[in-house]
Amino acid sequence: MNFALSDEQVLLREAARGALSRHKTVEAAREALEDPRALPDLWPLAVEAGWPGLLIGEEHGGAGLDAFDALLVAEECGRVLAAVPLLGLLPATAILDAAGDSSLGAVAAGDLRPAYVPARPPSELEQGWTVQPRSGFARAEAPHASVEGAEVVLEGEVAFVPDAPGASLLVAIGEDRDGSPVAAAVSADAPGLSVDAVTRYDSTRSLGHVAFASARGRLLGVGADVLADAWYLAHALIAAESLGGVQTCLDVSVAYAKERFTFGRAIGSYQSIKHELTEILRQLENARGLQYYAGWARQSAPDEFPLAASAARSAAGHALDSAARSMINIHGGIGATWEHDAPLFFRRAQLSRRLLGGTEDATDRVAEQSLLAAAPA
Amino acid sequence: MDLNDTPEQAAYREKVRAWLEANKLQAPPRSGSSEDGAYIASRRAWQRRLAEAGLAGVTWPREYGGQGLGPIEQVTVNQEISRADVPGILDVIGIGMLGPCLIAHGTEEQKSRYLGPMLHGDEVWCQLFSEPGAGSDLAAVQTRALRNGDRGWMLSGQKVWTTNAQFASFGLLLARTDPDVPKHKGLTMFIVPMDADGVSVRGLRQISGEAEFNEVFLDNVPLDEDAVVGGVGNGWATALTVLMFERLTIGFGSENFGSPARLSELIASDRAARQDAEVRRRLGHVITELLAVRFNGYRALTMLARGQIPGTEAGLAKVTMVNSAVVATDLAADVIGPEALDADSDWSYLISFLPGLKSAGGTEQILRNTIGERVLGLPAEPRLDKGMPFSELRAKEREAVAP
Repeated sequence: MNFALSDEQVLLREAARGALSRHKTVEAAREALEDPRALPDLWPLAVEAGWPGLLIGEEHGGAGLDAFDALLVAEECGRVLAAVPLLGLLPATAILDAAGDSSLGAVAAGDLRPAYVPARPPSELEQGWTVQPRSGFARAEAPHASVEGAEVVLEGEVAFVPDAPGASLLVAIGEDRDGSPVAAAVSADAPGLSVDAVTRYDSTRSLGHVAFASARGRLLGVGADVLADAWYLAHALIAAESLGGVQTCLDVSVAYAKERFTFGRAIGSYQSIKHELTEILRQLENARGLQYYAGWARQSAPDEFPLAASAARSAAGHALDSAARSMINIHGGIGATWEHDAPLFFRRAQLSRRLLGGTEDATDRVAEQSLLAAAPA
Repeated sequence: MDLNDTPEQAAYREKVRAWLEANKLQAPPRSGSSEDGAYIASRRAWQRRLAEAGLAGVTWPREYGGQGLGPIEQVTVNQEISRADVPGILDVIGIGMLGPCLIAHGTEEQKSRYLGPMLHGDEVWCQLFSEPGAGSDLAAVQTRALRNGDRGWMLSGQKVWTTNAQFASFGLLLARTDPDVPKHKGLTMFIVPMDADGVSVRGLRQISGEAEFNEVFLDNVPLDEDAVVGGVGNGWATALTVLMFERLTIGFGSENFGSPARLSELIASDRAARQDAEVRRRLGHVITELLAVRFNGYRALTMLARGQIPGTEAGLAKVTMVNSAVVATDLAADVIGPEALDADSDWSYLISFLPGLKSAGGTEQILRNTIGERVLGLPAEPRLDKGMPFSELRAKEREAVAP
């Protein structure tokens, strides 16, 4: 039994924190509210830190680390709202690595930046692979894919793809005529591919609507398990990023509760405030336990990874939503203004909970995985 | 990160499993009524067998009959006992909390007199701490121990929430020996023979109708000088040791209340529930919380195994565990319908049991106060009792509620 960070993992986390601290990422997030171009380009930082190759095997020039380590980096980015494109990058590298794709060396070196175009694996309630629609409750069908030799031709659209704008390679998933998932690496300049950059509410989150009009990509020879794994990895990453945000909401709110006085007492001495803060801590610790579970499971118990990653996403998503609201409450009116950082974390929470199928979709996956373990459908 | 046993741990697990496999037919049922004398006798006998096999007092030092092993082995034993579907020791409170306190604070005579019979189930112990007027504010106990001339002490007062008192041989009791100093300072811990003159025990019926707890009345109970544990006036520090072991004991047993697998099996077997979005949403949330408790338990266990004591934040796991068990049980009962409330249903027992569990080992509110102050460093609530002699404090309290 050893369920604690190793010395190397502590070092990795400290290094990530140190690298990010050299950039004023929270200030940049505020400025980007008015001018999205104010966001600094953190890709060079990510490349210098070796993050593009985190999950790429050493034989392909990567670091060959585990998801656990990647989650620690994502957590640090989330803590300071750093716009590092990990959410698009890392699931894409996991698929490319499994496929042994020719791009791996260039990706690990940071010369190519891939982005994962998320597709949700089928569930007991919904057959087929689905993608995020532009609007509405119903999920959209995954793009149609036809394999022609070593190439795949894709037809369809995926909305709100994290980190798609500016990516040099899109790792997309389509369904072939038999309903089997097919993965393709589509170059950003491929004819028929368009990426329409959009910003929604959280200016630190780069999103794009991706359309394939007979766009051709390289066939990635991986099975459905690898593509499902990428979906859950994206969930674990957005969970880790959210957890980092919760930590900041808690730290800032606790500090304020110690220095703000009413009726002759620090507000943190009142049970109403104290209990609200311990609730953030409770949810934070729960999310952290589940982040460890997800990181551990992907490496050591892959069958449990869908459950673990979904649980981590559900817990961290709710934790960030409520922590951001608590931060606003505890600061009083100022917490709801641009004078304070609270709205930045609130905006992060509101968009995050609706990406990648949404937090509640992850909650449903927790139920589904538990039900399947209890009795197959 | 590694959740697997080391080779040594795996060998230990194998040994425990083999013993349980060979002996489980002699085990009594896992549950029964604490008012049924024959059932309790069978549980005592089973505890003796477990103790002789080295499966009780796993973390106790060898010199006191324990195995001198660590928390990982204790958890291994708990897991294997649960897996074998047999009951564990009867005297969880004695072996988990009171024995370790005697080991830490007792005299050599006390240790050699009491620990052996405790371990083997010959003498069950109970914890005489809470009172009708002292729960979250435990240091407000009013049970008085007065000097009895030159022959020890005389005890008077009332205790409550006393598990196992109806068949316990001894109780560890927190009493006030000096009301003229501030409340934490005037306390002393005593060993009370439950068959002493002046001790009477009355069952306290809970929602389910069962009386798992008792009230204990102490009416001029004479105690010898050697009944004192940990020194006169040192009762608070002695009590804190018990409370620390209480947290650990609750922590090790925390998966017992909200079994995710049982709930999932129930819903998986009900086709309509299985496909209902709202049922699935509720199930997903509660499983998420129960999984968090489990994996945070592994984090705490890792700390313990490294010789670190998990901090007060362990109290948050208790809050999550109890609240999730309530939610899980409600969901199960909503799926089953009124039949879940049948007196023989396990769910019905849990529905009745869990509201009280919220207050056990510290109410949620007092846990949140403590965690807010100790972990987050938030300032304490202003308090009126600080530095005030207990007798004056009582006078002020009476004044405040006078008509």
